Amino acid sequence: MAAKTLDSKKTDTPVYRETFGAVLKKHKYKYLMILPFGLIFIVFTVLPVVIAIAFSFTDFDMVNNPNFIGFTNYISLFVEDDIFLIAVKNTLFFAIVTGPVSYIMCFIFAWLVNELPRIPRAIMTLVFYAPSISGNAYLIWKILFSSDSYGWANAWLLKLGFTNDAIQWFATAGYIMPILVIVQLWLSLGVSFLTFIAGLQTVDKSLYEAAAVEGIRNRWQELWFITFPSMKPQLLFGAVMQITSSLSVSQLSIDLVGFPSVDYAGHTILTHLHDYGNIRYQLGYACTIAVILFFIMMLCNILIQKVLRKLGE
Amino acid sequence: MSKIKKERTGPIARLFARRKLRRKNRSFGGDLVLTILLGLFGLFSLFPLWYIFVSAFKPFSEIFIFPPKLTVDNPTLNNFFDLKNIIEGFDVPLARYVFNTLIITGLGTGGTVLLGSMAAFPLAKYVFPGSKAMNQIIVYALMFSTSVTAIPNYLIMSRLGMINTYWAVLLPTVGGTLGLFLMRNFMVQIPDALLESAKIDGANEFMIYWRIVMPLCKPAWITLIILSFQQMWGTTGGVFIYSEELKPLSYVLSQLVSGGISRTGVASAVSLIMVLVPVAVFVISQSNVLETMATSGIKE
Repeated sequence: MAAKTLDSKKTDTPVYRETFGAVLKKHKYKYLMILPFGLIFIVFTVLPVVIAIAFSFTDFDMVNNPNFIGFTNYISLFVEDDIFLIAVKNTLFFAIVTGPVSYIMCFIFAWLVNELPRIPRAIMTLVFYAPSISGNAYLIWKILFSSDSYGWANAWLLKLGFTNDAIQWFATAGYIMPILVIVQLWLSLGVSFLTFIAGLQTVDKSLYEAAAVEGIRNRWQELWFITFPSMKPQLLFGAVMQITSSLSVSQLSIDLVGFPSVDYAGHTILTHLHDYGNIRYQLGYACTIAVILFFIMMLCNILIQKVLRKLGE
Repeated sequence: MSKIKKERTGPIARLFARRKLRRKNRSFGGDLVLTILLGLFGLFSLFPLWYIFVSAFKPFSEIFIFPPKLTVDNPTLNNFFDLKNIIEGFDVPLARYVFNTLIITGLGTGGTVLLGSMAAFPLAKYVFPGSKAMNQIIVYALMFSTSVTAIPNYLIMSRLGMINTYWAVLLPTVGGTLGLFLMRNFMVQIPDALLESAKIDGANEFMIYWRIVMPLCKPAWITLIILSFQQMWGTTGGVFIYSEELKPLSYVLSQLVSGGISRTGVASAVSLIMVLVPVAVFVISQSNVLETMATSGIKE
């Protein structure tokens, strides 16, 4: 990181020789400024992860005291719980499709929008960004894919003669995942998209001019040799955002295809968690699911970070 | 040679010349394909929102036209009046929901921006014992979503007696690392020389943060305001707030959206309101962001 900062020269003198009190005193304001956020962060982000891991080894159910049961929860998840395996399969499929596609979409559209003149750029930014900030406006897809002939999709399929009966979109296992993917992609030009636009605007314009002189021929070379390396921090950040959001789909699935969905076609790790946590109150088991999802997210993110860091080097 | 010519002409000609240069690596074919792509996805993006907009003004009879039309022949405000009647039938007055939303959104957004930026500054600009570890933790904390920690969070909240209070939705949001991370990244770019001179004048880190860094970071905290506003605006309280009197507006509105095709009109009216507020906030602040981004170029 860019840690070339004010105190860097001073801390070259070995810090560990100073007493704890002296360190605190010297950096008093820095620690005090971090403290309010730090406390909230520890209590509501760090502690919950620790608690989830601890409870995942128990049979806690909110009524009785938790008993330590070792890896029983983990074993039953993978050996006995067939529905969990469906959930894992759905989640990974969903993430593998929507994650990369939405990431690339965020970048391409940010890049294209950035080439527009000022006013069209502002309008197009809004058009792409609007779905992701529209709260639960995605429920409109429920009406677009309504199972009667008044739904938009059915109406046109009927009118154009592709089908004779209205399709039960949300009651047919085969359609559930594609619809969820479409809606997720519709929602996915969010924070990463904005970050990319901001990142593109901060790329030094003189670099492009210099490159044109140096023999960069087209926009693709420009993109590869100048834009990507210049906005690597934003690209890494965007990847984290898209991976995390594509792995944590649940409310979308519950709202659109119902819970439980037909043949569990829309069942994800998080809806499984919702089932055991909010409905059955088997919190120990639910925490196990949460811990597994936690590690899947961390693992995917760390791996992708490693790959992206190599880009353009 | 051409360069000398450019500099002799006025600003408009110079702008034109720069533009020409910028266009050097662009082909007509490429422009065409990419514009079409942009347009197609723009339509996909806009279509459902347009559908909401049109349906909100459709009279009941037009909702059942086959096939559904993307225009409205006799626009009416009936859906909004229906919505008003439904809301007036609630036990809790609408003003109370609006009040809850204002409190949650206001405090949540303010808290995120203030606490996040305050913690971001030392982490961005100084090296001190623990700073490296803290920076690392912030990045790792971005890598999992809050849905993973929801259950333990609920238990902690109930232990602290915060369930069914505003705190239950406020604190986890304020403790989110996204805001801090964005602020920190923005602050890293601030030239050290600026902070150095303030330090010579005897300012402590907090004064430097408040008087020098925050004004420079306007684009960053405006972005942060947009992000946390939209997050708080969509909060329904879930299991963390269960009393009807403490629920935010978005909870009531989302209750009205589910209800089949016959309620399409009212549901669309509700959705339209839900969409328009964050979009309006974004439109207002987007121009601000673009403006500040353009003028506040920080160069070493």
